[in-house]
Amino acid sequence: MCGIVGLLVKKPELRERLGELMVPMLIGMTERGPDSSGMAVFTEPVSGTRRKLSLYCADPHFGWQQFEEAVTERFEAPSLVVDANHGVLTTASAPGHVRHWIGAEYPQVHVLSVGRQIDLYKDVGLPIEVAERYHFSTLRGTHLVGHTRMATESAVTPENAHPYTAGEDWCLVHNGSLANPGSIKRNLEKRGARFESDCDTEGACRYIHWRLEEGDTLEQALAKAFEDFDGFFTFLMGTHDKLALVRDPFACKPAVIAETDDYVAIASEFRSLAHLPDVRHAKVFEPKPAEVYSWSV
Amino acid sequence: MVRVMAAAAPAPVVYDLARQSLRELNQFLHGDLSKVATVRVENPDGAHSIAVAVDAPVRIEIDGHAGYYAAGQIKRATVVINGNAGPGLAENMMSGRVEVSGFASGGAGASAHGGLLVIRGDAGLRCGISLKGGDIVVGGDVGSFSAFMAQEGRIVICGNAGEGLGDSIYEAVLYVRGAIRSLGADAEVQPMTAADIDAVTSLLAAAGINHPASEFKRVGSARKLYHWNADANQEY
Repeated sequence: MCGIVGLLVKKPELRERLGELMVPMLIGMTERGPDSSGMAVFTEPVSGTRRKLSLYCADPHFGWQQFEEAVTERFEAPSLVVDANHGVLTTASAPGHVRHWIGAEYPQVHVLSVGRQIDLYKDVGLPIEVAERYHFSTLRGTHLVGHTRMATESAVTPENAHPYTAGEDWCLVHNGSLANPGSIKRNLEKRGARFESDCDTEGACRYIHWRLEEGDTLEQALAKAFEDFDGFFTFLMGTHDKLALVRDPFACKPAVIAETDDYVAIASEFRSLAHLPDVRHAKVFEPKPAEVYSWSV
Repeated sequence: MVRVMAAAAPAPVVYDLARQSLRELNQFLHGDLSKVATVRVENPDGAHSIAVAVDAPVRIEIDGHAGYYAAGQIKRATVVINGNAGPGLAENMMSGRVEVSGFASGGAGASAHGGLLVIRGDAGLRCGISLKGGDIVVGGDVGSFSAFMAQEGRIVICGNAGEGLGDSIYEAVLYVRGAIRSLGADAEVQPMTAADIDAVTSLLAAAGINHPASEFKRVGSARKLYHWNADANQEY
């Protein structure tokens, strides 16, 4: 069991309140996912060729200052913002090159996401603990994708927490379980994918991203996923300007959507939506199985 | 909404789940309700297991959306949800009446032995799965695999039905007004008899939903699965 939450605000003035509106949604899914949680938030894009990299280091005594000096020396126009175990590095250097360098020089630092808009946080602990550790209530942006995890098929570690990312400005969270993650991952590894966790969801995330890179629309990519994925899933996905939701044809895993003129909010259960402003007048509905729902900023 | 209550009826007992715990409410509902006519539940906010296992002729009004397993296993009670219901609504109800004004998620009325479940909106997947004698009236559509292995009871579906309707059905009977995406193994469309017209008319009247009974078709068991046929090669 896991919990998923998503929120997209339609009015620019609500972007300031994105985190504040989301935190009770995440905490509402504590019983579905008490062991880890995570959040991908999409912000205003960084300018030009700059990219943001969300970083995680489990070591509380990690020398972020020394790391900052090293990136300053090496990369173009970098800036680093550190919060607890988490850092956001922004630079105009090629993100693939930066990622490779971090992997070689600082293997204890994990790159959680890359993009012009995405910031990503994930860690073990109750949702309320993770939300407080990374100050989720202060997050601002246009839309977000969050998850609370109850591990079923891989260990409780920060790497196995959701959301997962691939490429730039793409993320996915999962409620459910896949029975054939090994074959999904092996087929992608033959195409050059590298996996950073034991979690089945990373296979799904990289599979759908691979299809999108091959030119599929999201609908086409998910139609192929229905053929190749054996298992249960409700996936919530984020791109630079969209949230997308899909449930498997058996719809074993729940989801509910509340939409008003101000926002669209998605959660595994209504209890995560009950606090949202004017939710009593929202259009509340359940997504149908095997149908792709998406909302644009 | 107009509520008709006897002049001498006691005032409704109100539980506000924003301030009171679900456990307080359910313990109250499991106590002596002989002097209670109506219990109103405010701010349910999707809580699970509201009003489960109530065995008393009491009316429970839930003002908002309920989470998993609302009104499960009830006997004699009337539960009215002014909102939507999560998975497992009225699961295994024994008697009484459950009514939801919006949609009900998966597994609504699963294994219900008696009583009437009315869903004014759509029902999700597996509605009335393993039905054992209860009646269900759905104002909208039902999702896939509804009435799977349903043994006894009736389901009136005013909208459309999804995949595999009535798969491996026993003696439950389904009445469908709209389109059926596919029938499950051993389920077949059967002629509507005068008794079927009467059944649909009375169930719709009990639910307060208006459609001519003549617009419904009957789905029941072809009874080919009752006996194992080794030559069928798993094809029915």
